[in-house]
Amino acid sequence: MFIRSLILFFVVFAFPVNAAVNIDSWITDKGARVLFVKNHDLPIIDVEVSFKAGSAYDRLESAGTASLTNHMMLLGSDNLKQEEIINKFTEIGAEIGSGFDQDKSSFSLRTLSEKKQEAFKLFQLVLHKPNFDKDIVEREKQRYISSIRQSDTLPDSIGSKAFMKAMYGDHSYALPSSGFVESVEKINDTDLKSFYDSTYSPKSAVIVIVGDLSKKEATLFANQISHDLPSNKNLQSLKEVKLNQSQTIKIDHPSSQAHLHFGYPIMKRGDKDFFPLYVGNYILGGGGFVSRLTEEVREKKGYVYSVYSYFMPMQEKGPFQIGLQTKKEQIDQAFDLVKKVVKEFIDFGPTEKELVAAKSNMVGGFPLRLDSNKKIMNYISMMAFYNYPLDYLETFSEKVKAVTTEQIKDAFKRRVKLDEFTTVIVGAS
Amino acid sequence: MIFKKLFLFLFLFPTFIHAQVHQSILDNGMKIFVKEDHRSPVVISQVWYRAGSIDEVNGKTGVAHVLEHMMFKGTKTTKPGEFSEIVAAAGGSENAFTGADYTCYFQRIEKSNLPMVLKMEADRMQNLVILEEEFNKEIQVVMEERRWRTDDKPTSQVNELMQSLAFVSHPYGRPVVGWMNDLENMTYEDALEWYNDWYTPSNAILVVAGDVKADDVFLLAQKYFGPIPAKKIKTRKPQIEAEQTGMRKAIVKAPSKLSYLQMAYKVPALDKNLSKDSKDIYALEVLAGILSNTSAARLNQSLVNEQRIALNAGAGYAMITRGGLSLFEFYATPSEEVSVEQLEIAIKKEIKKIVDQGVTQEELNRIKTSVIASEVYEKDSVFYQAMQIGQLETIGYPHTLMDQYIENVKKVSSSQIQDVAKKYFVDDRLTVVSLDPQPLDPNKKPQGKPHVH
Repeated sequence: MFIRSLILFFVVFAFPVNAAVNIDSWITDKGARVLFVKNHDLPIIDVEVSFKAGSAYDRLESAGTASLTNHMMLLGSDNLKQEEIINKFTEIGAEIGSGFDQDKSSFSLRTLSEKKQEAFKLFQLVLHKPNFDKDIVEREKQRYISSIRQSDTLPDSIGSKAFMKAMYGDHSYALPSSGFVESVEKINDTDLKSFYDSTYSPKSAVIVIVGDLSKKEATLFANQISHDLPSNKNLQSLKEVKLNQSQTIKIDHPSSQAHLHFGYPIMKRGDKDFFPLYVGNYILGGGGFVSRLTEEVREKKGYVYSVYSYFMPMQEKGPFQIGLQTKKEQIDQAFDLVKKVVKEFIDFGPTEKELVAAKSNMVGGFPLRLDSNKKIMNYISMMAFYNYPLDYLETFSEKVKAVTTEQIKDAFKRRVKLDEFTTVIVGAS
Repeated sequence: MIFKKLFLFLFLFPTFIHAQVHQSILDNGMKIFVKEDHRSPVVISQVWYRAGSIDEVNGKTGVAHVLEHMMFKGTKTTKPGEFSEIVAAAGGSENAFTGADYTCYFQRIEKSNLPMVLKMEADRMQNLVILEEEFNKEIQVVMEERRWRTDDKPTSQVNELMQSLAFVSHPYGRPVVGWMNDLENMTYEDALEWYNDWYTPSNAILVVAGDVKADDVFLLAQKYFGPIPAKKIKTRKPQIEAEQTGMRKAIVKAPSKLSYLQMAYKVPALDKNLSKDSKDIYALEVLAGILSNTSAARLNQSLVNEQRIALNAGAGYAMITRGGLSLFEFYATPSEEVSVEQLEIAIKKEIKKIVDQGVTQEELNRIKTSVIASEVYEKDSVFYQAMQIGQLETIGYPHTLMDQYIENVKKVSSSQIQDVAKKYFVDDRLTVVSLDPQPLDPNKKPQGKPHVH
């Protein structure tokens, strides 16, 4: 019943609450940051390597390059074709995956510890020797182009693309991660190779290793990974986000529901108001069934299956966003109600009772968010990528507990301004 | 929650959990299963009811799922939403899902909260209050869910029609979320009737996994669920699907750029009597893996990578079902300029290759290795372990089925796979539904289908 949990994925990842994880951290001689958690409970090892190479590092005219580079990394290495590589992983029972967003391009490996030597070797091949085969690049470009055209028929994709464009203007966060039909058409294999050479460097990389191996083995493996990455010393950094004029955009669509996107860029990683805003948002629209938005818009009115709000802190300012879908005929009523709830929250803040319940969930849920190797890896990977202090997990609960209703009210008043919100409604009419 | 797809996914490679599952049964017929896992101070609690859309009747489709929503709306002693508030305040998370075969309610909690959660589950098993006013709001929520899940998603529409075309008399033909018209005409009394018919200890099981001791769980279960009186449940009709006598084909028109194709062959599911021959079932299971377990598996490799006529392609098979029968499904998105007819022919060619030449030893070995590795990986997820036990037992198989799974997969040979492909992948068992993409602006003319050479 919770598509909400899906959407809140990012946010949940961003806020772990467990002091019990023992993290080792060091920098390899080539400059890659490593976080290591030893855990011998299960005979498995999880690894994730992330690079500052997300779609925010694209340029307008060649948008899609970052994503295609990430995608091609698993489609051929050295003289091995995609199917040969994938089958080699399968033959030792190992699993390889990849992830991609605006900030980050990442690659993950899961292996049985008894197969670690073979698995590590294959994983390095993938990271170090992508072959960007010309013919495969052309094939995948066609798939990208078709999927872009398809996504331009789907109300959700239409809405989020228009929303990002309206909020971010000429900042690279406005670029759709797969690019545009016209930009993808122009990309070729050498563009991908040069994007790889310039962004997949040790200094841009963070390496996270969790599971059944010794620190010595982890050190060796991390060194091997960082050693053979292309070395580029001039890493690109992202522009600061400048606030655009708020806009209201309505887009026709034959769907039965209207899709609302409502928000604007507010917070980046490491923001000083992070804790009051985060705890406050749990009460406003982040806490699943118990948030104000869900209570008012879903439970009391029956307007929606899902309504949510979240802050998505990124390298630079990420959006605060509210979203819902409801049948077209009642989008105005639903949207008015959302605005009313948000305004009330900004003006008056949460009640003491709400704050107690919110803290109780976050602190009481302490162990739940790190109860598997995979979850631990995901949290630690986020911490490593955004350069969080190592005591972040240990101090998290204390920081949540310290938040007051006044702080929340003050932070929302200063940071969340209704007249700055951009609105996109797809299927408005 | 419509879990058909997840179901396929979960059972592509079910892994076996060894004998550490502890089992007990209360006097009122409720079964209790406990899987201990002491890595973290966390517990998963799941209450499963053997009541899903398969038990619904025409005119009231979707009622199983609607009742699932109503289960959060309070009891004789609790207010609407209170259950969720209490779980949230305890730091827990919770949810529920409804499938064709079952409905499941679950919580993820710190271990000291287990008694509280079981107490509340026992309460809503016997004391649910369904107010007309609450129902009338919640049914609107469910209709929004249907719009979001199915009505506005062309590929979901294809899937819905495919099911209802493949199953004519069997209840698997009806969507779990229900037909819109049935939802529009549903009343709180329908939900109440459903609750009274199926929500009783003898039709439920409890699965607890995590940092607990089995004996403690049995005591708690006895304390909270033990006093609930046993109630006779309704007699179920067999509802056996009439034999299919020819290929069925249909088209869905919906706004889209790309087309989409789904093909499904009617195949058996694993017999509940496990002593019966299960060779065919495991051969189909392994074949599904060989066709689509990785991006290098046959369908993706041939249709997407080599021939370049599809943008994606896959196959799936649910080997365990309550309904006693199943579908072996193929699905693919044709590349632009490729018609669904061409793609259908290409998929049939892949099938013919298997019928004629079987599969390679390397392919068989890869599946077996994956299955064995997954068994280890899945131990990392306590939720998944509980899910397997609950699903198997609710559907009507012993959870010990998992113990035989790898052995049975290992035994599958190429000639067995050829046999099942030849036996089941025939046109008379086939249903094909495709998407005919329409422009977003209805005033524009459809693009028309590409010319077929």
